[in-house]
Amino acid sequence: MNAIATIAGREIRDGLRNRWALGALLLMAGLALTLAFLGSAPTGVVGASPLEVTVVSLSSLTIFLVPLIALLLSHDAIVGERDRGTLLLLLSYPLSRWQILFGKFLGHLSILTVATVLGYGAAGAALALAAGEFDADSLGSFARMIGSSVLLGAVFVALGYLISATVRERATAAGLAIGIWLVLVLLYDMALLGLLVADQGRTISAAAFNWLLLLDPADIFRLLNLAGLSKTSLFAGMAGLAEQMQFGRAVLLTALAVWVAVPLALAAFVFSRKEP
Amino acid sequence: MTMSPTIFMQGVSKRYGDAYVVRDVDLSVAPGECVAIVGHNGAGKSTLVKMALGLLTPTAGRITLLGENPAGRQAMAFRRRIGFLPENVAFSPAMTGREVLRFYARLKQVPLGVADQLLERVGLAAAARRRVGTYSKGMRQRLGLAQALLGEPRVLFLDEPTTGLDIESRQMFYDVMAQLRDAGATLLLSSHALSDIEQADRIAIMKAGRMVACGALPELRRLADLPLRIRVHVVDGNAAREFTARRSVQWLDDLRFELTCADDGKIEAIRSVSLLQGVSDIEVMPPTLVDLCDELTREAAE
Repeated sequence: MNAIATIAGREIRDGLRNRWALGALLLMAGLALTLAFLGSAPTGVVGASPLEVTVVSLSSLTIFLVPLIALLLSHDAIVGERDRGTLLLLLSYPLSRWQILFGKFLGHLSILTVATVLGYGAAGAALALAAGEFDADSLGSFARMIGSSVLLGAVFVALGYLISATVRERATAAGLAIGIWLVLVLLYDMALLGLLVADQGRTISAAAFNWLLLLDPADIFRLLNLAGLSKTSLFAGMAGLAEQMQFGRAVLLTALAVWVAVPLALAAFVFSRKEP
Repeated sequence: MTMSPTIFMQGVSKRYGDAYVVRDVDLSVAPGECVAIVGHNGAGKSTLVKMALGLLTPTAGRITLLGENPAGRQAMAFRRRIGFLPENVAFSPAMTGREVLRFYARLKQVPLGVADQLLERVGLAAAARRRVGTYSKGMRQRLGLAQALLGEPRVLFLDEPTTGLDIESRQMFYDVMAQLRDAGATLLLSSHALSDIEQADRIAIMKAGRMVACGALPELRRLADLPLRIRVHVVDGNAAREFTARRSVQWLDDLRFELTCADDGKIEAIRSVSLLQGVSDIEVMPPTLVDLCDELTREAAE
């Protein structure tokens, strides 16, 4: 336990020293504030509170940005240490490889959590100052949005480790990370859309479509935040989807948790097999 | 405390596909002993060290470290008493020397005060609060030694410890090594540097994955049976011509010549040249370690 905390502590310190944490924080806060104030203009039309509008726009931001930051942090975690020559020494110490991996995971996730909470929190706080009181409902969906953003980040940190444990070259890891980001964040949705258009509803039922959405963590996140609330989903243009949604919030959260656990376990397995 | 070997290897091989990196190595290192592994790059030295540490599993053979399987479940417990200085040691450049050493101290569950004392012992106290990225090669290596010394190790593995070090750093390394041996620690070092090898009780010579010879220096000398050279300085070259005509000698210049002889013919040879007229100096030059290693690896190849 102590070893895990030590590794996590080093990752956090490294993140702070390399200005990684600060960079992520500033990027998220900057974009979140911009979106919050640009997006709060048209609220009167659909009757959504400014905070809920912000939830919608920040959710879209999360889908692109959080996986990117997570992969940038994590893709180098193992292959980079191997390349720099620090891994061999670490492996000769009295700690097991899963402890190294889990410690890094906690460290990287902490950096991501702080950046998300502070970055998005700053946007929320600024809106609160500008617009006054929020109802509990909107606050709840804002908090859930932040929480699920962190969870989405955890998914991509775990995926990054899987890449990092598998490949031999840092450049390969970077390339694969970009590839995974492209596929899960952009291409999968496009492919799914193309499939639906081509299929014309003949073979793919609504249930099958819902299951297909679970195969992409970014889509699970979208369902959680954009289809979750009736007001939000109306505003987000996800209402049609929300009506046919067969999964509850618990199922979606579980699906995301599985998306964290499976790549992380696979990464630990690959790492434990690999010769240093 | 038994006197069973600290490091024990029997028939150890490591194979990747058809290529043997280490082949059929036997080695036993007793507590308090220092063994140096010598060989060219790619001779399998680092692989052997990694296997002894349990970082690589051998394809064949048996290894025990402090009586245990180094790659086994119990390994976690005794790794606290093992020091390792890898070849070209590296640390997070953004951390200070003190932070680095404290990080490793935590992992080995060593009190943090000990880490600070070690920084002083390796002469890094003044640079402790500087980032490792600003360190010279010698300073990084000293920091590497400091982390290997955490937890009063009973076994130390030093992989090319003094490569790229200046004389002062090198001497510091040797002093620490001597202290460790006095304290009963076992040392296994791999090296190219002759001055490193001289610190060792025994020398193991590796070539293409095989251990071609292993023994104390005099023993290896006997094994290689290399001739030694006697260099004779004379005042007048012509006076010695009669002698040199009878024996095969090599003139270096007008006033110096060299002859070679077997180890057991040394006294007789010195006696005969000392009778020459006008001899001003006689130098006896035993085969160097380089000659020795080359000869032994050549013999193994044949």
